[in-house]
Amino acid sequence: MRAILLFLLMLFAGPAAIADSNLPPAVLANTPLPDPAQEAKAQELMASLRCLVCQNQSIADSHAEMAGDMRALVRERIQAGEDPEAIRGWLIERYGDWVSFRPPVEPATWPLWFAPLLFLGIGGLIAWRYIKRGQA
Amino acid sequence: MSRRLALWIPLGLFVAFLVVVGFGLRRPPQTVLASRLVGKPLPEFDLPGRIDGHDGLKTADFRTGRPVLLNVFASWCVPCAIEAPQLAALKARGVTIHAIAIRDRGEDIAEFLARYGDPFARIGFDDRSRVQLALGSSGVPESFVIDGKGIIRHQHIGEIRPDQVDALVAKVEAAR
Repeated sequence: MRAILLFLLMLFAGPAAIADSNLPPAVLANTPLPDPAQEAKAQELMASLRCLVCQNQSIADSHAEMAGDMRALVRERIQAGEDPEAIRGWLIERYGDWVSFRPPVEPATWPLWFAPLLFLGIGGLIAWRYIKRGQA
Repeated sequence: MSRRLALWIPLGLFVAFLVVVGFGLRRPPQTVLASRLVGKPLPEFDLPGRIDGHDGLKTADFRTGRPVLLNVFASWCVPCAIEAPQLAALKARGVTIHAIAIRDRGEDIAEFLARYGDPFARIGFDDRSRVQLALGSSGVPESFVIDGKGIIRHQHIGEIRPDQVDALVAKVEAAR
């Protein structure tokens, strides 16, 4: 019984709570940009950027204050006319590829991007040989 | 015979896949995220001050020819209170410490310093984590060793523990 209670406690206790500051969120953290096209660009970028303090959430989904500050940063820069990929690049320069949910195409990630094509090719070859043999 | 063996290859690959995924799932998801800016110049910033006796903090304040410690902290951050004695020890050993207060009000910082001690020279207020993001810092507290030319030489993530003070003093000395 005690073991079950302890287990339940551990289940709900989770990681140490992250303290919040006394300052309100930045305006653009939770307010969409007036221009719908710009807001759509911002949303797309925010959904593919990783929150730095919460585990494996995007900054679009996270309620952490730092994620709010990152959303404000993204919206402000997009409003100023900056390209979304330039903003992603600025963050990668500071935090590495980890901050982006979209892995870059570079030699280290070639297997990730091109292995599926390779496997599809191998599968196609096997199927082709199998069918040819069946006809013979 | 070799064809028979070849039949087992897919199963073998599948088991290997399960092992990789199994180990991947057991790994803690939160990685310690080091800044990529170590070895590079501090980003340009100019933060206001809000505390009597402590000016704000800007990039030019670091180009003095002498290495300093830059402490990123907040009054609402529990580990920041825990590392306060270690910052005091660093100051006692001659290390100049500048601070960036993340999302903080002047009165809260004043109360924090009155309670836990005040080892800081300058304190800049970063209300929207903007400079923190520019630094590649992902939480509080973090400390950066900055050399006299304003180049980031070292990043310490998390609170400074008593047994880490010597190593940090050495890092500051090495940046001289």
